[in-house]
This record gives sequence, structure tokens and C-alpha cells, in this order.
Amino acid sequence: MIHRLTLESIVKNFGNFRANDDVSLQVKTGSVHAILGENGAGKSTLMNIIYGLYQPDSGKIFSRGEEVSISSPRRALDLGIGMVHQHFKQVENMTVVENLILGLKGQWMMKLNHHRQAVKQMADDLGFSIEPEQQVWRLPVGMQQRVEILKLLYRNADLLILDEPTSVLTPNEIGPFFKLLRRLREMGSTIILITHKLNEVMDISDRATVMRSGRVVANVDTAQTTQRELATLMVGREVVFNVARRESKPGKPVLEVNDLTVLDDRRLEAVSGLSMTVREGEILGVAGVDGNGQAELAEAITGLRSAASGRINVSGMDVTGISVARRKRDLKIGFVPEDRHRVGLDLDATLSINSVLRSFKERPFSRRGWLDFQVIDKHAEELVSRYDVRMRGVHQKARDLSGGNQQKIVVGREIEGGPKLLVVSQATKGLDVGAIEFVQKTLLAQRDRGTAILYISTELEELLNICDRVAVIFKGRIAGEMNVSEATSERIGLLMTGGRT
Amino acid sequence: MFNFLFDAHQLSDFLGSGIGLSVPLIFAAVGGVICERAGVFNIALEGQMLLGALAAAVGANLSGSAEVGLISAVLTGALSGVLLSILGVSLRGNQIVIGLAITLFASGFTSFMSRVLFPEGANSLRLDGFRPFGLPLLENIPFFGKILFQQDALFYLMLILVAVTMFVIYRTQLGLSIRAIGENPGAADTAGVPVMLLRYSCVIAGSAIAAIGGAYIVLAQVFLFSDNITAGKGFIALGAIVLGRWNPLFATLACLLFGVFDALQLRMQATQPDIPAQLFAAMPYVISILAFVGLIGLVHPPAAGGKHYDREVR
Ligand SMILES: Nc1ncnc2c1ncn2[C@@H]1O[C@H](COP(=O)(O)OP(=O)(O)O)[C@@H](O)[C@H]1O
Repeated sequence: MIHRLTLESIVKNFGNFRANDDVSLQVKTGSVHAILGENGAGKSTLMNIIYGLYQPDSGKIFSRGEEVSISSPRRALDLGIGMVHQHFKQVENMTVVENLILGLKGQWMMKLNHHRQAVKQMADDLGFSIEPEQQVWRLPVGMQQRVEILKLLYRNADLLILDEPTSVLTPNEIGPFFKLLRRLREMGSTIILITHKLNEVMDISDRATVMRSGRVVANVDTAQTTQRELATLMVGREVVFNVARRESKPGKPVLEVNDLTVLDDRRLEAVSGLSMTVREGEILGVAGVDGNGQAELAEAITGLRSAASGRINVSGMDVTGISVARRKRDLKIGFVPEDRHRVGLDLDATLSINSVLRSFKERPFSRRGWLDFQVIDKHAEELVSRYDVRMRGVHQKARDLSGGNQQKIVVGREIEGGPKLLVVSQATKGLDVGAIEFVQKTLLAQRDRGTAILYISTELEELLNICDRVAVIFKGRIAGEMNVSEATSERIGLLMTGGRT
Repeated sequence: MFNFLFDAHQLSDFLGSGIGLSVPLIFAAVGGVICERAGVFNIALEGQMLLGALAAAVGANLSGSAEVGLISAVLTGALSGVLLSILGVSLRGNQIVIGLAITLFASGFTSFMSRVLFPEGANSLRLDGFRPFGLPLLENIPFFGKILFQQDALFYLMLILVAVTMFVIYRTQLGLSIRAIGENPGAADTAGVPVMLLRYSCVIAGSAIAAIGGAYIVLAQVFLFSDNITAGKGFIALGAIVLGRWNPLFATLACLLFGVFDALQLRMQATQPDIPAQLFAAMPYVISILAFVGLIGLVHPPAAGGKHYDREVR
């Protein structure tokens, strides 16, 4: 049988780092093939090679049984291969139809009218509707993703590579998305799905290839495997889905929020009259559907956003008028933000610099206004080894790291500051099971050292796993609060959507 | 002081000279728009105009034909575009620094070469240039006929150029690709657009067009070459690009505005001897600075302008 795509012994180096090591792969025509692996396992690199964005250092690629050399995305598209990147490759201030026809060959004029019709028709056939004249940046993310998929289908691609497509979707968008994938498979497309979510692999794929540290460690038929087996293959050891933890011994209150109101960017009330308390040595989880005021709450506590009214006490002191820098330095508030790319890290700076972002002004990192790079480097070396950051050296840019390793840097840096209060927002977003486990263990250890932790998350399982108490936020208010022993997914789920228990 | 505005003859003379002064600006601005739309800053416009001016003088002088002068200018401009592309696109140099370097080089090089090539002095040349001729029928349109349709070949070339550039950028698949590589080259690349090839083409074409602006001064306005003959017009064209929001037609209109102000200041220098001439001479530059300042935050330049693109760097 001829496979849609076959890779033989692909090798790819970045400098002296080997991102893909002797990778071979066979993808059956008309199947959904999952590629599974931890952050940094080399999945995206491999896919970018298939799509002609990266050139392999050695190895062979066969498309429909014929050996090909894929020198550019244009060549890949000619071979019927298309890719949707995790961060969409769209010209945001152009319209949907302009994005769809960008780069189309064989026409001199844009023929917008013709394409508008054709695009609408194609979307109809797939079971959704689209406004071709809408500018892409105005569309919700789920719709942008559909535009990306349409773009490939519009070029007659029949092998679709989707790089972590569900990471940008909300839980209730995932169902319809999988339906779309199934429909595409029925229509004859072959799909390569990159993911590190095991349940998705089980749910939709026919076969799965597991990668670890740039190598293929297993090829399995989905029907004949389990989530646990996949997780073990992926991480290379047994994964504890439930990190072991001891009962907490809460001490004095550290964070006391009283009747707090915070406005969002549109000057509307995002947090309205919210009160909560977090004590020494406990983790208070904040559960809720994204957009119910969590981000604004975290920003108000850390000082990135001012409170409209109400009080925030940290260690008994009202902090509402105190600057971010002083909250960090004097009150020891640590923050692991939701958006590590924009807020947590300076992506274009080295790991060294990123490791001291919160403390570079202090001794021993700076003396009389001069930075001591030797001390900083040494500190960074210690940090990356203690927090198991996989990288090539502390002078690498933060941008080059995978998401999980970037997050470990942020978590490590904030904990090294010796926080009394740690505000953690969506800490595990985009991380694989191995990295999630590591981050959670680290946080629990910090709790046992007496830090008060506010743990904001949309993932129920995770909250039930590591929190001592869970508060549910709904429309900027606490809809209910309970000890984790009394909490169930059903109960929290109901509160999250505005129901009562 | 402004009586001339109410006399049809004087007004048409005045507008005619304003338009004439704006033609070199328009070539430079349209050339610059093409580069910047493709995501490459070209602040070498001034230098490229100068090189074009010298090449035009040399070509026309040696051959005795204005057409040869024009072609030399185009080739020289294109060559400077190749240089800018290699340094600023392939070798990933800072495009602002490279653009300045090209301009500084051009300024010294053209002064030096003009002394070498024209030992008797380039400003005593009497070059054969492009002479005005009327377009049948159109030249008879009252008022505008005389201003727009009794011009030289380069002027008509300019009109065609603006129209063609508008058409290509906003109506064709090629133009869509150019706009896309200026906004998000990664997106264009993954959609199958050859980013590097297109950036090179745009920079080379844009530079050649800017050089025609310099050639125009030599071959249609003054018929000689003198040191720094472009007098900062390339920089004013940069202002026109911003004022015109990276749209070739609007940039052209902005150039016309600058040209008319230039004509106005020339007239004032002549008619108001009591006021220091420098005050008037500064006018176009002041206007261009004001335009810049007034527009800060209001205009959206191509998002990828001046940024390097490399597939394998993320
Ligand atoms: N363009 C690049 N330049 C340098 N290093 C890279 C580049 N792309 C990926 N890497 C490195 O290669 C490794 C694999 O990354 P990636 O393929 O993105 O992993 P995955 O998709 O499995 O998370 C990572 O350690 C990353 O730092």
C-alpha cells in the first residue's frame, strides 16, 4: 500500500542542537495521525520540514510514494500538503477572502467577486458560514482557525498538518472542531494532528506516533493503547496524574481581598465587590470560565491594574496604592502570569537576563548601578538546573525555548524571590503532562514552605488536584467557595455557569 | 501678496511651477512606497535621486541623447537597489543605517565624479533634455490643459507610473502579495508567496524609480548637474509617503502639496525682499515636519517594515 506521506531518517540540527534525530514516519492515506510528545520533543520542527519551511540536514521524504524535495511552502502546497501553525499565519488587517487567495497561482487579477462566492460555497459544504469581507483580526479565534483550514482546502491540499489546533479553543469549541475534522476525513483528507492532550488522541486519531527528545519512540494504533501507556511513552517514565500531597496547615492570612471592584480595558466592571482570603501554606483555587474577571483580579493584586474600589491587604498592609515594584520587593508578591510571552518573559533577551528580571536592581546582581553578568549567569545556571529547564545554554534567547521550559523559567524565578504570596494564572496552559506535573509539584512544595498561593485556572481536574480550597468566580463575584474535600466537578461546573448548588 | 491667486494666467503659471517642482518628489515617493509596502525601509531615496541625476547627466552628455541619460539613471538606481537588498534584506543589516550610508556615499561620490568627469564644471553643461510637447486634444482643455498636458515625456511617464502602481498594488494578485510581505512575511511565505524574490524586485524597481526623480531634475528642469542638486527632496519624499499613508496616489497628492509650497516660497522670496529668504526656503521642510508630527499615532505603517524575515528563525 502506498502511504500519503513517508519520512525516512530525517535529521535536523539547530546549531549543535539536534531537534530531529533519525525520524521515520508513515502516514496512511485518509487517516487521522496524531503526533504526540512533550514540549520541545521536536514535533513542530518535523512538521515545518514537511511543509518546506525548514530544510532537513539529511533524510528522505516521499509524497504518495514518490521521493520529493520540499524546498518551500509553495512546493509543499503543490504536493497537496498544507499546514496550520499553532500561531496562525494570517495577515490580520486583510479580509478573509484576501487571505484565502494570497499566493494563489495562475491569476493576475484578484478576482475578488469570484472568490467570495467560491469561499462561501466551500464553507457551506463544510457546515459553517463565513463572511468573506470581514477583516481577519475581528474574527474570534475559532473562526480564524477555520479560515486557516479553508485556505489549505482552497489550494486543494489533501494532507493537512494541524499544529496543536485545540490549544487555542475553549472547551466547548473543541467538539465542533473534531466534527469538522471527521468531516474532512470523510471527504478524503489525510490529517496529521500535533497535540499533547492524550484524551484528544484517543478521541479522534487512528494512529499515533510518540516523540521524545527529537526521536520517535513508538508508533501505535489508537484502538490498541491507553492514555496511561501513551503518557509513559511520551515522558519516558510513569506519570503521576495526581500528584501526591499532604494536608495543608494554613497559618495567618496573607492575602485579604475586601469588596474589590476592578474595571477592564473597556472601563466595564470585571470584578465586582469580590472578597477572599488566602492563608499561609494553602492554595486557594479560583475556578471559572475564562473572562469572568480572573485576569483583572490577578492584575489588581499584583499591581498591574488599579482597583476601582475596595481593599487588598497583603500581610496586613493595604496595598492598593503601592507600586508593582514595591509589592514585589517589600511585600514579596510573586506572579506567574497567564501570558508568559507578553508579561512573564522578555522573549528576545537571554535566559540569564530573564532569570533576574525581578531582582536585577538588587545585590548581588548589580552594584552601584552596574550589572554583574558573571553573578547573573551563575544564578541562571543554578535556576535552570534546579527547575529542569531544557535548553542549550543560559545565553540562549527565551524565544527559542518550548512553552513548557519557558514556563519553568518564570515559575522558578518567581519562587526564587521567596514569595509570601504567589499569584499563579493559568500556569499549565499549553504544557504537556510532564511539565504540568513538574510545575504542580513545585507549587505544592512551595506551599509546604508556607507561601500563600492563589491558583487561577479553568481546568477543573487540575484545581481539584492541587488546591486546598476552591472558589468559583462568575461575572466578577465569588459564586461559591468550598474545601476541596467537598468539591466535585459537577458542583464547581454548575457554579461556573451561574447555577446554584 | 496673494493677488496672483485670482488671476487665471498667473495662477496657472504658479500651479504649473508647483507641479513641476513636485515631479521629482513624486518619482521618489512612489519608488519609496513600493519598497515600504514590501516591508523594506528605503531611506536612501535622496542618495538614489542624486545618483540618478549624475548618471543622467553623464549619459546624456556622452551620447547627446536624453533617452540614454534616462536609461543610465534607471540602471544606476536599480544598482543601488541591488546593494540595499543585499545588505538590508539578505545580510540582515539595519535598513535605516544602510539607507543613510548609501545617501552619504552618493553625496560624496556624485560631487567627486562630477569633478572628474566634467573638468570644466558640470554646472556649465547644456544638456539635451526632454522638452515639453502638447498632447493632442487634451492640451486644449481650458486651464488644466496647459498645466497637465503641455509637458515633457518624463511628466507623462510619471502620470502613467502612478496609475500603474495604484492598479498593481490594489487590484492584482501581485499587489496583494506585496502588501502581504510588508505586513506579515511569515503568513505570505506559508501561503506560497516568494518573499525574498518579491522584496528584491520591489526594492530594485522602487530604487530605479526614485533615480528617475533625480534624472528629471537634470533632464527636464535645469539641464546641468551641480553638487547636491536634489537638495533633500528624497527626505521630503519620505514625509510624503507617511502623509500619503503608503498609498501611491495619496503620496502623489502629498508631493503636490509640498511642490506647491515650494513654488510659493520661491515666489515669496522674489516678491518680499524685506523678509529673509531663508525663512521662506525653510517652508517645505517645516511643512513636512509638521505633517510628520501631526500624524504620529494616526497612521499605520506596514507592520513588517524594516524587519528581517528568515524562515528558520522563530
Ligand atoms: N527555529 C529554531 N531555532 C532554534 N531552535 C529551535 C528552532 N525551532 C525549534 N528549536 C528547538 O528545537 C526543539 C524542538 O522544538 P519544537 O519542534 O518546537 O518542539 P515541539 O513542537 O515538540 O514542542 C526545542 O528545544 C527548540 O528550542
